[in-house]
Amino acid sequence: MTNETFTGHKALQLEVPLLFEEGSYEKCGIDTPAPSGIKSRLGGHGADEQVNLPAFTEPQAMRHFVRLSQKNYAIDMGIFPLGSCTMKHNPRLNEKMARLPGFADIHPLAPEKTVQGALALIHELQEWLCELTGMPAVAMSPKAGAHGELCGMMAIRAAIEAKGEGKTRTRVLVPESAHGTNPATAAQCGFSVDQLPATEDGRVDLEAMKAKLGPDVAAIMVTNPNTCGLFERDIRAMADAVHEAGGYFYCDGANFNAIVGKARPGDLGVDAMHINLHKTFSTPHGGGGPGSGPTVLSEALRPFAPIPAIVKEGDTYRIIEEETGDFAKSFGRMVAFHGQMGMFVRALSYMLSHGADGLKKVGEDSVLNANYVRVRLAEEMTQGYPGLCMHEALFSDKWLKDTGIGTLDFAKAMIDEGFHPMTMYFPLVVSGAMLIEPTETESKQSLDEFCDSLLALARAAKAGETERFKNAPRFAPRGRLDETRAARKPVLRWTPPNPEAMAAE
Amino acid sequence: MTTKFTKDHEWIRVEGDTATVGITKHAAEQLGDVVFVELPDVGKSFSQGDDMAVVESVKAASDVYAPVSGEVIEVNQSIVDAPEGVNDAPEGDGWFVKLKLSDPSQLDGLMDEAAYKEHVANA
Repeated sequence: MTNETFTGHKALQLEVPLLFEEGSYEKCGIDTPAPSGIKSRLGGHGADEQVNLPAFTEPQAMRHFVRLSQKNYAIDMGIFPLGSCTMKHNPRLNEKMARLPGFADIHPLAPEKTVQGALALIHELQEWLCELTGMPAVAMSPKAGAHGELCGMMAIRAAIEAKGEGKTRTRVLVPESAHGTNPATAAQCGFSVDQLPATEDGRVDLEAMKAKLGPDVAAIMVTNPNTCGLFERDIRAMADAVHEAGGYFYCDGANFNAIVGKARPGDLGVDAMHINLHKTFSTPHGGGGPGSGPTVLSEALRPFAPIPAIVKEGDTYRIIEEETGDFAKSFGRMVAFHGQMGMFVRALSYMLSHGADGLKKVGEDSVLNANYVRVRLAEEMTQGYPGLCMHEALFSDKWLKDTGIGTLDFAKAMIDEGFHPMTMYFPLVVSGAMLIEPTETESKQSLDEFCDSLLALARAAKAGETERFKNAPRFAPRGRLDETRAARKPVLRWTPPNPEAMAAE
Repeated sequence: MTTKFTKDHEWIRVEGDTATVGITKHAAEQLGDVVFVELPDVGKSFSQGDDMAVVESVKAASDVYAPVSGEVIEVNQSIVDAPEGVNDAPEGDGWFVKLKLSDPSQLDGLMDEAAYKEHVANA
């Protein structure tokens, strides 16, 4: 019996041709009579040939995109254990609030007095973020995590220049386990990057860091908890040391979910930290929706905060648009308007529905879930570093040694089991890294199914069932891609299978 | 003609006051299939330990450091056009650059083949 069907479809798994292959080139939706008695005023610049875009009927277009959407994997379908991404459930209440016309249908240039409610919402969110982080100020306009980093580092650069040290403080210290955006941001701001080594247990080496401090150090950039899922226990000492050397402390807040409601970056000596609203406060992750990266600032950096800013004067909310008064030293403007309004509504909706106690429970449960996964999987897999973890569990590929199976093969086999794979080969400090962040979203039942599946796969790998891994994914609409060929010889342009026939039409 | 190695898995083969530099077989194996190579311009000078070239595989992107100080006198365009050359013969035709050495005494600080083998075994 053949596995093939006449159509290429397999029951509910429907094949989708490219728009170019499926569409019609000679027909369009509307036929209008050719205009007559009109003289072209385009002076010879009118179109002289067809642009050859395919045309569709509405149901054709609808089916094309709905079929494609059914090939997605999403947090609404199952566990999405991507480490360092905090793929948590996005409560539908957030969506309902974000669609309220008073928030969704306003224009960024609407007069202030007509949008007081929206400005009040942004202001209340600012207060929550400052309270949760123990910081005196927050810039709301950055559009996502890396943009928030840029905001923080631009504030640090402005503070250094204000002290007349712009030419001399040029070096930024970044741990080797950092997100790639950290050194990229430092370089973008004109700093040179100096790598900080890690200790045996996966944390920043405090003594090595102190040895690298000097009058040319502008800042350190540290993620806490770090990308190995570990709390930087020397963080207070690091902050004190860099402050003593005249530098600033940038904290990458990507992993704030683990400590939200439990520890305040302001108490840890942080000068600037971005907060990924689209992770910690549930809104869809970048790629699934827009990001938003408000950046909290310490007293030392507050004068350099970007505009615009929302302030409250009496019972009225105002948008500060000019670099005057309290904002005279502002480093300027990063975006045209005020930030991602839809994300602000979702984040505040999440905060208000959880309350302060609920947010603390979020942090606790995310750590509990990660440790549950860590302990269960350690039965067959090797931990990156021994001991407890925070919100994500890191494994190395040591346990796969001599099986002929690598981290990539293992991840592909997870797709066959119906899971989105974990983050792979990051952080770089661990060989063949597998970084698993379950978040507080998952129930014990769902964590058990996930762990049972991974343990079964691990035993299969050790038992020599190599084919199952090398050929994975076996059940996905497309099999294993040739990543090497895709990178070396990418096909970036569709060409018609029969160009002459098309040209003749 | 002597060949020396760095702890960052570069090799350097010295002939007179010029030397050929590449990445070791071990490095190429660890990287996996190389898909992109960026080489410096001829005439550019580097100090020992500077970022000199970039090599990117399906798994990771890495810097290649100057094993010793010197000026680039030739680059291997063939691995830019066909990066698989790095995997095919990392310590042969897959070389990266040729340097004119500015301080040959730096070579004394690098590892010989036996010491490098031990370095890899202990990694």
